Amino acid sequence: MGEIKEFKPEILKEIDRIIKQFPEGNQKSAILRVLHLAQNEFGNWLSADTMDYVARLLHLNPIEVYEVATFYSMYNVKAVGKVVIEVCRTGPCCLVGAENIIRHLENSLEIKPGQTTADGLFTLKTVECLGACGYGPMFQIGETYYENLTEEKVDGILNTFRTAQN
Amino acid sequence: MGQKLLLDTVHIENIQTYEGYAKQGGYQAIAKVLKSMSPEEVLEEVKKSGLRGRGGAGFPTGMKWSFIAKPEGVPRYLLCNADESEPGTFKDRYLMEKNPHLLIEGMIVSSFALGCHTSYIYIRGEFMWILHILEKAIAEAYAKGWLGKNIKGSGYDLDLYVSPGAGAYICGEETALIESLEGKRGNPRIKPPFPAIKGLWQSPTVVNNVETLASVVPIINRGGEEYAKIGIGRSTGTKLISACGNVNKPGVYEIELGISVEEFLYSDEYCGGIKGGKRLKACVPGGSSVPILPHYLVTKTAAGEQRLMSYESLSDGGFATGSMLGSGGFIVFDEDQCVVRNTWNFTRFYHHESCGQCSPCREGTGWMEKVLHRIENGHGHMHDLDLLWDVQRKIEGNTICPLGDAAAWPVAAALRHFREEFEWHIKEPIKCLKGNYGLVNEPALAV
Ligand SMILES: Cc1cc2nc3c(=O)[nH]c(=O)nc-3n(C[C@H](O)[C@H](O)[C@H](O)COP(=O)(O)O)c2cc1C
Ligand code: FES
Repeated sequence: MGEIKEFKPEILKEIDRIIKQFPEGNQKSAILRVLHLAQNEFGNWLSADTMDYVARLLHLNPIEVYEVATFYSMYNVKAVGKVVIEVCRTGPCCLVGAENIIRHLENSLEIKPGQTTADGLFTLKTVECLGACGYGPMFQIGETYYENLTEEKVDGILNTFRTAQN
Repeated sequence: MGQKLLLDTVHIENIQTYEGYAKQGGYQAIAKVLKSMSPEEVLEEVKKSGLRGRGGAGFPTGMKWSFIAKPEGVPRYLLCNADESEPGTFKDRYLMEKNPHLLIEGMIVSSFALGCHTSYIYIRGEFMWILHILEKAIAEAYAKGWLGKNIKGSGYDLDLYVSPGAGAYICGEETALIESLEGKRGNPRIKPPFPAIKGLWQSPTVVNNVETLASVVPIINRGGEEYAKIGIGRSTGTKLISACGNVNKPGVYEIELGISVEEFLYSDEYCGGIKGGKRLKACVPGGSSVPILPHYLVTKTAAGEQRLMSYESLSDGGFATGSMLGSGGFIVFDEDQCVVRNTWNFTRFYHHESCGQCSPCREGTGWMEKVLHRIENGHGHMHDLDLLWDVQRKIEGNTICPLGDAAAWPVAAALRHFREEFEWHIKEPIKCLKGNYGLVNEPALAV
């Protein structure tokens, strides 16, 4: 068991607002959004402890949370780095050079998709179309889309995160 | 310059705000509806407009609305499909980012027509920043009295909320979307019952695409008949097309349905031609799920007629020589692209996104991905082509939801039109790893 998890009061308030968007008794509908909040708050991933906590908050069985967490690709059910790079690998982006960008990321970070750098800073994830096909190659970090990427742009972005870390 | 009904104001700086939108004539459609129209009259206008669903299937919106069940004492729901996950499609995102109040107004009018008092926008989780834009705009609409109880003294109540997905293409399928909104895995439901009878929380539900709902605003402002004058035949109105791939000007364009593909692809108003002055190899005109067209079938139909950007013309020739308007994701391939590689890539997408409920889809997409990977990497056999054909045929029509069809069609079309390129990969494994095949030949006799 890890440390006891608890959302900050302002997030608990936000969750209350979200639950009220659904008719009484349907608080289960809040689960996807609450899991996003939980992932943001508790280290970019959903540990069993985190999921159990969300289940208690929403008065659900833990299994109902696990089922959802393992279905959707945005949820990380294994530990990841501080910065998760989700790079699009789908057709339209590949027509404009996504494969080169993915290779460049692999070389710069010295990891393969699905892996985390030794310093725990970056995780590289390849993902399917993010709805930015006309602005490829592209990746997402947190809520931000980085579009029309070139190798130079990628280097700049990686460096910004490296500097912020130090 | 064609008329614009949805993007006519996006260049205005503060159009995202309530004031900016209202200044451009925003909230006049709902004002008109609440003042002088009954739900039936709104429905009638939408029917007259000929509006067809912009999410991909092109089903007439008025007809869909008329199917909603109205049992006494049971709530009804309108859900806006903002899942936008079909590769090549990025139009709804543009509309919501640039003009969120247009969608909100469209949803208020549509909810009124359907008799809904709670409506939701289901948006893909990766678009979280757009969710914030929408919530901000919704808060403004509440503050101005366009949402909430007794809207503008009309006696009509409506609450509108936004709810995110979390990364699953399948949640764009309407029953999977409903499951997801109920807080479950996105497994499509067996139909019947259709959502119009039993949808969200077992209540009658209508699911419509973002662009469909936004289009209701100009329909009410102009009247259905006027709207129907734009476009061609049964393809009425304007359509957002998201152009990507090897064009000079990728981006989102609003077109009057019925302009020629040639104009869309080559004129400077739209795509501006193929990048780098290269030749066109192929085009997938309606999102990754629709059949790919070889260069000689893009601007002309097999019958030699000009191909138009309309539901009918893009599907002219059926799957033998046509495709579909689909979601409007217009993907352009230049002569240096490899159709085998792209087909493998798309198949990997469908395999990844299959929810896994139906064996033909779950297993079939995996098989196709493996076989295509082998061919693309120089290890293919001639009989692999028959195997691929066989697998795609056994998926199509044999699954709960149309994701199976969406996975099968691109493979079938690639094999149909680019067989010589597949064969070349198999016969010349070394060359295919180093170079690319170029353009396929136009068959001497069109079939
Ligand atoms: C696998 C799959 C994915 C889909 N994805 C979307 C989507 O992202 N957005 C959308 O509007 N419709 C999508 N659809 C179509 C919806 O099921 C539904 O037909 C549509 O939202 C209806 O709205 P409309 O009538 O306004 O087009 C998808 C369908 C399938 C089978
Ligand atoms: S293919 Fe990369 S965003 Fe659509």
